[in-house]
Amino acid sequence: MTRSVVAAASGLTEAAFAALTSARQDVMDKTEAAHWAALRPADPGGLSHGERAALAVRVCRRHKSATLTTHYQRLLDEADGEAADPSLTDPAAIPADPRLAALAHYADKAGAAPRTVVADDIEALKRAGIEDADIVRLSELVAFLAYQIRLVDGLSLIGERS
Amino acid sequence: MSAIIEDYTTTIPTWRPRVKPIDLKEASEAQLDALKVTPSNTKVSDYVLVLANDVETLAVRTPLFNAIMYNKGGLSRAERELGAIGASVVNRCIYCTAVHASRYNQLTKTTETVERIFAAEEAALLPPREAAIFSFAVKLSKTPSEAEDTDVEALREVGLSDEEILDLVLSASLFGWANRLMHTLGDPVEPDRGTRA
Repeated sequence: MTRSVVAAASGLTEAAFAALTSARQDVMDKTEAAHWAALRPADPGGLSHGERAALAVRVCRRHKSATLTTHYQRLLDEADGEAADPSLTDPAAIPADPRLAALAHYADKAGAAPRTVVADDIEALKRAGIEDADIVRLSELVAFLAYQIRLVDGLSLIGERS
Repeated sequence: MSAIIEDYTTTIPTWRPRVKPIDLKEASEAQLDALKVTPSNTKVSDYVLVLANDVETLAVRTPLFNAIMYNKGGLSRAERELGAIGASVVNRCIYCTAVHASRYNQLTKTTETVERIFAAEEAALLPPREAAIFSFAVKLSKTPSEAEDTDVEALREVGLSDEEILDLVLSASLFGWANRLMHTLGDPVEPDRGTRA
């Protein structure tokens, strides 16, 4: 059986991960389902699978999450050029295209400093032509990643001395 | 329009969306299913109606949320709420803090811990067990995470098992998710009489 994204990224051995999470198997299964719903939904709306993977690489690099960055880079490669602008994956760069720039800017701010997000940040997305439903999709993606990154960090911390 | 609430409170605010909630009359089967709308349950909050714009994520997030916060065994309900409060204070999500601080008070039948956190945020002085739990949740909620081995060690010293520490990781991380929806997609405002977000 393939390991879940979180199990693989945690760096724990299969045995250590299974022992630690045995009472929370349902949570681990639902976390995996949430990952695919946020990254590869059947209906991606205005946020393609490639753009989602590229933004995930960007957010994970900013969080210095090496194993998840590698995972999302692989999803991006599989999406096959859907998000051709490499500056979307680089937290130090802003894409030239105004729509991609708005996505990147929001992912940076909501990902790293959500307390600083204000109403005008949402208005900026609307001004860039991003529809309300896609603003929710973008927020869910960034928010899910914040959860997943910290779950992986926490699992590796607990596992280190187990 | 009602004023936006900027200070911590245990009175649950009303949540005013910044993007359009879906219209229930035009909702798809999948949306109605994720919203758990039935003929006997037609009251759905604006927050959930906003999230229904991304129905695939909403459909998996609701059961995940309930499992992390209410599953049997492991860390106590109140201490999971304290993890949620730690994240919500780092992200200054006034709405989430209000909901989970009031639940924490109900579960523990105390108010002092919450009062200290409201006054001093991350620097709140708490009894050893609460301090270890709150401090870990705060550090894990930073970007990048600032939680270290010594923080996990501190949790073990106050008596948490690895399974309980995992429950704390889950609740603090989950609120990294919830805060990034609640605090970004809408504003907490003075509650209307008789309605709730």
